[in-house]
Amino acid sequence: MSEQTFYRQAGSYLDSVDVVEVQRGPEPGGVGGAYRAFGETLRGLKTTMSRLIEGPLTIEYPEEKTPVYPRFRGRHKLHRFEDTGLEKCVGCSLCAAACPADCIRVVAAENIPGERVSSGERYAAVYEINLSRCIFCGYCEIACPFDAITMGHDYEMADYDRTNLIFTKEMLLAEPIERTPLKSEDE
Amino acid sequence: MTGLLPLADTQFAESIWIMIAKSIVIFAVIFAILPILTVVERKLIGRFQHRYGPNRVGPFGLLQPLADVGKLISKESFRPQNAISTLFILGPLLPVLSGVLALAIIPWGDVKNGVGFYGIDVPIGILYFFAVGSIAFYGLLLGGWSSGSKYSLLGAMRSAAQLISYEVSMGLALLGVIMMSGSLSLVDIVRAQDGVWYIAPQIVGFLIFMLAGFAETNRTPFDMPEADAELVQGFMTEYGGMRFGSFLLVEYMEILVVSGIAAAMFLGGWMGPGPGWLDPIWMLLKMLALVFVFIWVRATLPRLRYDQLMTLGWKVLLPLATLNVLVTAILVVVT
Repeated sequence: MSEQTFYRQAGSYLDSVDVVEVQRGPEPGGVGGAYRAFGETLRGLKTTMSRLIEGPLTIEYPEEKTPVYPRFRGRHKLHRFEDTGLEKCVGCSLCAAACPADCIRVVAAENIPGERVSSGERYAAVYEINLSRCIFCGYCEIACPFDAITMGHDYEMADYDRTNLIFTKEMLLAEPIERTPLKSEDE
Repeated sequence: MTGLLPLADTQFAESIWIMIAKSIVIFAVIFAILPILTVVERKLIGRFQHRYGPNRVGPFGLLQPLADVGKLISKESFRPQNAISTLFILGPLLPVLSGVLALAIIPWGDVKNGVGFYGIDVPIGILYFFAVGSIAFYGLLLGGWSSGSKYSLLGAMRSAAQLISYEVSMGLALLGVIMMSGSLSLVDIVRAQDGVWYIAPQIVGFLIFMLAGFAETNRTPFDMPEADAELVQGFMTEYGGMRFGSFLLVEYMEILVVSGIAAAMFLGGWMGPGPGWLDPIWMLLKMLALVFVFIWVRATLPRLRYDQLMTLGWKVLLPLATLNVLVTAILVVVT
């Protein structure tokens, strides 16, 4: 292959794959150096000015929150049946078995007819997730046969005290106080 | 002539109380602008980088300088053990003095009802600016040298080299304007720009003056004496508390002074459409526009290397400025 055809082929390759060519200024010294000093400076000034016109891209976090994707794995939620209000969790402990971080503790108890807590035979008398250990892998969600536990969208869980990070069943069943924004379709 | 001060060759003399009132007003205005300038610079630099800049303290972050000064004042004015104490204290004071003195000759308006809208119209005009402006460099030199620290010493040496590289080009850049107007007085120079601003015929002089102005005020791309990356603020390394704060304050004051001189020499000073009382506002607007250029350049250009700085000063700016003076001289004589 001659040098010419090589460069022609390389050129068409560059055209096809949308490669941005590296822009280099001329070598220092002489007329090129003068251009380098002034032309390139003006180009830089133009670049910064267009940044100024575009405006800031900052998301001012505590006031504005970054929207999350629908599949974002945040803090867990426990669910109830919408019609009967019974808990979906039947206390089978499959989530605790699936958990690689060993952060879920379930103590099951028998449902008493008349004051049923869950739809199944048994219910979770104690359901605790230690969020300081949780790695947010979502295996509990996959393991659950009744879709009783899902990963929510909250990511603001920092606390000053480790004991506050052990979430009880009541906390996990309740709606989060502050909702995290979701990304819209086109984002 | 009792009660009158014939300090300047201005065909009239002003009474002492007018002088005092004028100096208080100029002081108040400039020292009200300075803190705002610091926060405006940080906000602009932020926006040049797609950020907001400070916006937490007060509305739009405008109280940020108050918080900064409060922090600096409450800090210990530390002095290294092997520093030369008198010179160390003198270091930050000299630039403040020079900045305040240089403010006096910035013309804010013409003479109206026997009162000149400027601190003082000295007949040597622009020479006064050079004389007083160079004192500021003594502050940097003494401060850096007396700190007893290698970084400070390097910063001071760099500022000395920078001074001798740029002061000459700066003077030559202004010489063209002086030849065209036939006067050294800044007020007379502004009056001579009634028709055409000197930026049009003296564009080369203007560019060289602004370049030298960046060097004079230790701003990027010529902030070699400070060089926060490699010299940890250079001559300011050992300073803390309000001594450090006054170095920072002076930087902004020098920017204002250089912008003011450039506005008066090249941009027609107080000239602008509208009634006479708008004159100081036009002057201020032109100054702030030049300050914006200072900030814009700081957001854009990296610091020059030491040899590049010397090359630019001696091999480019000095011949260019000399050529500019020669051509202007020939044109002035011919026309």
